[in-house]
Amino acid sequence: MTDTILEVKDMKKYFNSPKGKVHAVDGVSFSIERGSTLGIVGESGCGKSTIGKSILRLTEPSDGQVFFEGKDITEISKREMRRLRKDMQIVFQDPYSSLNPRKTVSQAIREPIVINNIIKGKDAINDRVVELMEMVGLDQRLYNTYPHELDGGRRQRICIARALAVEPKFILCDEPVSALDVSIQAQILNLMKDLQEQLGLTYIFITHDLSVVKFFSDRIIVMYLGKVVETASADDLFKNPVHPYTQALLSSIPVPDLEARKERIMLSGEISSPINPKNECRFAKRCRFVMDVCHESAPDLTEISEGHCVACHLLKTK
Amino acid sequence: MNSNDKKVLEVKNLTVTYESEGSVVEAVNGINLDLTARKTVGLVGETGAGKTTTALSLLGLVQKPQGHVKNGKIIINGKNILEMTEKELENIRGKEIAMIFQDPMTALNPVMTVGDQIAESIVKHEKVKYEEAFAKASELLETVGIDKARAKEYPHQFSGGMRQRVVIAIALACRPGILIADEPTTALDVTIQAQVLDMMKKLKDEYETSMIMITHDLGVVAEICDEVAVMYAGHILEYGVLEDIFNRTKHPYTEGLFNSIPDINDDKIRLVPIDGGMPDPSNLPKGCVFHPRCPYADEKCKTEKPELKNISETHQVACIAYDRPGFSLGRSNS
Repeated sequence: MTDTILEVKDMKKYFNSPKGKVHAVDGVSFSIERGSTLGIVGESGCGKSTIGKSILRLTEPSDGQVFFEGKDITEISKREMRRLRKDMQIVFQDPYSSLNPRKTVSQAIREPIVINNIIKGKDAINDRVVELMEMVGLDQRLYNTYPHELDGGRRQRICIARALAVEPKFILCDEPVSALDVSIQAQILNLMKDLQEQLGLTYIFITHDLSVVKFFSDRIIVMYLGKVVETASADDLFKNPVHPYTQALLSSIPVPDLEARKERIMLSGEISSPINPKNECRFAKRCRFVMDVCHESAPDLTEISEGHCVACHLLKTK
Repeated sequence: MNSNDKKVLEVKNLTVTYESEGSVVEAVNGINLDLTARKTVGLVGETGAGKTTTALSLLGLVQKPQGHVKNGKIIINGKNILEMTEKELENIRGKEIAMIFQDPMTALNPVMTVGDQIAESIVKHEKVKYEEAFAKASELLETVGIDKARAKEYPHQFSGGMRQRVVIAIALACRPGILIADEPTTALDVTIQAQVLDMMKKLKDEYETSMIMITHDLGVVAEICDEVAVMYAGHILEYGVLEDIFNRTKHPYTEGLFNSIPDINDDKIRLVPIDGGMPDPSNLPKGCVFHPRCPYADEKCKTEKPELKNISETHQVACIAYDRPGFSLGRSNS
């Protein structure tokens, strides 16, 4: 019944630092159904971008497996991986630094088509570039312009067109609208949603912006210091957040509505160090419900209702 | 500062341009703004709206030679700061009016301890001995929630949220009557943003400070402001108390901003963005600056420049569509 396109199993990514091992991602597992969107949220340093890069092997994961359409892609050669990147694309946060300033819009979009040998023949390629520009809402008159002549929204459209050029099945979006103004952000979000419907794309959407992730995702993973603390469908997570961190995170969002003022759960302190973390709940230091057991072991991710998993010792006390 | 309605800051017809190689960027185009004692006015808008340029003008910090304050008056406690000498400006900066910048990573001096950076302003304005100023600086650190033992540490030893607290401590060191906060929480994570906003609110009340809050985030505005000016391409398009702007929205641009934000309390399937992009500030549209992106614009909007008009005692809007009989926005106003 379910058609899983991507599965991540117990992924770990440690970085060496002079003070010890940085546990950027520490045993994360999830899977995504074809045609759906998985949102990964968390604050700076929670490991959300590292997960993304590890899935595409832009950085090699320290441990764990990634299955794309049933195939373990952590095992395959670099060469094979390069071929597979046709199916797996990425759109980065900053459209200013992810485009070559010396390539025009059409050259930037043409490049992946040529490199991957998607279409042959100059005319056919040009037609495809024009078609892609149309798909992402870039005016034909911009064909020969350079990125510096365009605003952030248009640049992000180029990045999306370039990702689509190789006809991918899956696109990893790492904060694709964070650098954009709200009125432009809404244009890009709508565009990405339309493209998903038209082309049956699967997205991972990495962001720190909770209102964007709710609008955009089917399922959401909440991360804290390299670990998943809660995962649920978007609706369920916002209606019924269970983990104390998720609750605090949701209550911290400033809502542009005067009637919706609510009780705020203020977290004390800040994110602790991910270097050689102890075997305890990583949120224990900031948690308002902290108990002795939280310092004794790290809680496992446990299913509390269908599709809703939480990693918190509180669950056992109830 | 006893009277409740005392104006601590008046901006009249402020016009600022940046000129280079023959092109003139019209950053701020004749804006008027009043700040009443102990109130917080929010300046809201997107990139290029002129928010930061407005803020810099208030402190006499518009960069020359490109930047020119062409016109207008900025009156702080009865004095027009546009007529002040550099020396006079130095005497009021930090004492009467202070600024919190967006990026705490760059606003602090990396080779000076945080205690020294706070004490610097106290020594300058209060003519006290350094030791006394440093002791005061340590107290201030406690006030913003940092252990005073850390006064001798350097900015790189602090996290982003902590650094912004230090920046706030510097701004508040001499208890200025007016505080300008330029996107003070934009660079911070949401849980830290909540802490910092909460602290700013408390300190503002305690110190009886009036504040101008620059932000692009309407959620932050709802949280902390009393009045709001919605800016676009160097113009104020709508001005009012919080309820005017949020519940009785009148300008099409303000409506567009609200429609563009995904609301966590609302299950929207699609957002309704504003068409097009920001106008080129060196070549602003004729007529209403917003007309090329406005869904309600007609021929008249292309030629006639709207004035900011009162529609109630507290609420002003610059839109000539209201001259049409029966005109109203699509956004359902409660």
